[in-house]
Amino acid sequence: MSILIDKNTKVITQGITGATGLFHAQGARDYGTQMVGGVTPGKGGQDIDGFPIFNTVEDAVKATGANASVIYVPPIGSADAIMEAVDAGIELVICITEGVPVLDMVKVNKYMEGKNCRLVGPNCPGVITPGECKIGIMPGYIHKPGPVGVVSRSGTLTYEAVWQLTTRDIGQTTCVGIGGDPVNGTSHLDTLKMFEADPETKAVIMIGEIGGDAEEQAAEFVRDHMTKPVAAFIAGATAPAGKRMGHAGAIISGGKGDAASKKAFLRECGISVADSPAEMAEALLKIWQP
Amino acid sequence: MNIHEYQAKAILRNFGVPVPDGHVVYNSNSARDWARRLGDGPWAVKAQIHAGGRGKGGGVKIAKTADEVKKFARDMFGMTLITHQTGPEGKIVKRVLVEKGSNIADEFYVSFLVDRVTDRVTLMASAEGGMDIEEVAAKTPEKIFFEVVDPVVGLTAFQARKVAFKLGFEMPQVKQAVPLLMSLYKAFVDCDCSLLEINPLILTAEGDLLCLDAKLNLEDNALFRHLRIRDLRDYDEEDPMEIEASQYDLSYIALDGNIGCMVNGAGLAMATMDIIKHYGGDPANFLDVGGGATVDRVTEAFKIILSDDKVKGILVNIFGGIMKCDIIASGVIEAAKQIGVKVPLVVRLEGTNVEMGKKLLAESGLNIVSADGMADAAEKIVKAVNG
Repeated sequence: MSILIDKNTKVITQGITGATGLFHAQGARDYGTQMVGGVTPGKGGQDIDGFPIFNTVEDAVKATGANASVIYVPPIGSADAIMEAVDAGIELVICITEGVPVLDMVKVNKYMEGKNCRLVGPNCPGVITPGECKIGIMPGYIHKPGPVGVVSRSGTLTYEAVWQLTTRDIGQTTCVGIGGDPVNGTSHLDTLKMFEADPETKAVIMIGEIGGDAEEQAAEFVRDHMTKPVAAFIAGATAPAGKRMGHAGAIISGGKGDAASKKAFLRECGISVADSPAEMAEALLKIWQP
Repeated sequence: MNIHEYQAKAILRNFGVPVPDGHVVYNSNSARDWARRLGDGPWAVKAQIHAGGRGKGGGVKIAKTADEVKKFARDMFGMTLITHQTGPEGKIVKRVLVEKGSNIADEFYVSFLVDRVTDRVTLMASAEGGMDIEEVAAKTPEKIFFEVVDPVVGLTAFQARKVAFKLGFEMPQVKQAVPLLMSLYKAFVDCDCSLLEINPLILTAEGDLLCLDAKLNLEDNALFRHLRIRDLRDYDEEDPMEIEASQYDLSYIALDGNIGCMVNGAGLAMATMDIIKHYGGDPANFLDVGGGATVDRVTEAFKIILSDDKVKGILVNIFGGIMKCDIIASGVIEAAKQIGVKVPLVVRLEGTNVEMGKKLLAESGLNIVSADGMADAAEKIVKAVNG
C-alpha cells in the first residue's frame, strides 16, 4: 500500500513536447512508471520516443485509460491545463510548473469544488511511491520502499529528508511534494490524513516553511487524530524579516507564521521537531523505531 | 513588484476609484507650478519611496502656499528617508507627489489580498484608519472585518454594503462605498495584485469618500500579462545585486553575514542558511539558482555572490532533481576560471548526475572542498571562514 499512486497508476504528461516535460517523462518511464502518453495541442497523432501524443486530455484518457496527469505546461497555460485534466475525469493531477499566477489558482481551486479529482502543486517536485511509481522531477535513486511517509512544501528539502532516511536504511511509502505556492491543491493536512489512513505508513516526516498556518493546521490533526509518530522541520528560522504581505496574510489566519512560533506549536502537538535540517531523520528516530 | 503611490493612484483612477488630484514631480520648481495648476491650497507634498511610515520620517508635509510646496519639495529631493520599512540605510527621495489637500473628517482602512487559508481574495476593513493594521490586529482584532470573495461572481454589492455598514457609514457614504469597493476589487483582479491597500480611506468634511493613500503590490508571477505595469518598475528602489540576479532568473537576497550560499530550491536555500547559523556561521545571502539553471546562470550566480566584499567563503549545496549536478559543477568550474575564486569553497552535491558532477570537480584542479551531507558542508565552511 501507499497513498495517491502505485504500480497500477497510468500517467499522461501534459506539455510532453517541451524539453523538461520529455526529459522527466523518460525518467519516470525508466523508473518503471506506466507513462502511457502525452498531450500537446497540435501534435496529436505523433509518436515521440515511444510516447503517443494527443491533442486533448480527453483523447488521451479515451485511448490510454490514464487516471493521473503530470503538468509541465508553462505558467501562461498551467491553470487551463489543470482544468482540462479535471474535466477529462483524471483523478490525480500533479502540476510541476513554477510561476503560476496566484489568481489563476484561485479560479482553479473554485473550478475543482465538488469534482472527483485531487490536485498536487503547482510549483512542486511531484509524488513518488518508491519502487512502484514516480511522477515528477525527483531523482528516483535516492528513494527506497519502506514504512515512512514524507510530505513537504519544498522540492530539494524533501530529497534531503528522503536521503537521510534511505542512507539509514529506512524506506518510504510515498513522498509528496505539495509545492510552495500560497494557493495550491493538496495541503499538509490532506496528506497527513491519507498517511494516517494508509496501513503501510508507520511514521511521517513533515517539512514546512515560514509563512501561513498550514503547518499549524496539520499539527492540530496530529494532536487530535493521528496515531502515528510525526517528525518535522520548519525552514526559514534565519530568513530575513518577512515582507509586509506575509504579515497582512497572517492577520487573517491569526498566526504569526514565523519559524519559532511554528516550531513551538508543533512541539506542543507532540511532534518531534528537528532544529537542524541535517537531523530530520534523527528527529523521527527519537520517537519511533522501524 | 511594488510601485509608487502616485502610480497606484493613477491605476485606481482609471478604474473609477476616487483619489485626490495630484501630479508627480522631479524638481522643486515644477512642484510649485503643479500646486498652482491643481487649484487653491492647502496641498500635500509626499515623498515617493517604496515604504510605509513616510509621515513620521518627514516624507509627508502639508503646505499652505505654493512657495511652501516648493520649499518642502526642495527639502525632500535627495534626502535619505528612514522609516520602519526602509531599514536603517533608508531610501533616497527622487520623486515627489504634489496633491490637493483634503479636509479629513474620519479615517478608515481597506485592503484586498489573497488569503492562504480560504484560497480566496479577501476584503479586509476597519474603522481604525491611518494606523498600522498589524497593530490593530494585535490589540483589537474584533475591529477588523472580512469578506471572502467568490472568484466567479466577484465582490458583490451586498458584501460591500455589509462592510460599509460595519464601518459605521451613513446611507450617503454607503452609496459611495459600494461602487468604490467593487472598483477596488476589479482593479485588484485585473492587475493581478497580491496586495491592494488603502490606508487611510477618508471621509471628507464635505461628506465624500476618498483614497488618501494607495499601495499596490503586483504579483511577480503574473507580470507577463501586464507589460504596461511591468514598465512601472523603479530600479532605484531595489538592491542593484538583486536586480542583476533577477535578470538571470536567480532569486537573490543580500544578508549581513560572510558565508555566500548557492543552493537550488527555496526550501533548501532557507534550510542551508538555517544550518550555517546552527553551526555558528552567518549567511551572506539567500540564493536560489532554480531548477533549470544553465552553466551561464551558475557562473552569474557566483559573480553576484563574490561581488559582495563581505563574503569570506562560499557554500554550494545542490540536491539535483531538474537541476543536474554536472551542470552545477561545470558552472562552478567556469566561474572559478573566469573570475578566480580566492575564498574557501565547499561544495556538496547530491542527486541527478551526481557522479559526473563530482568527477568534474575532482578533475578540475581547483581548490574545492567536497562535503558529504548538509551538516558536513556547513561545518566545513564555518570552520574555513571562522577558523
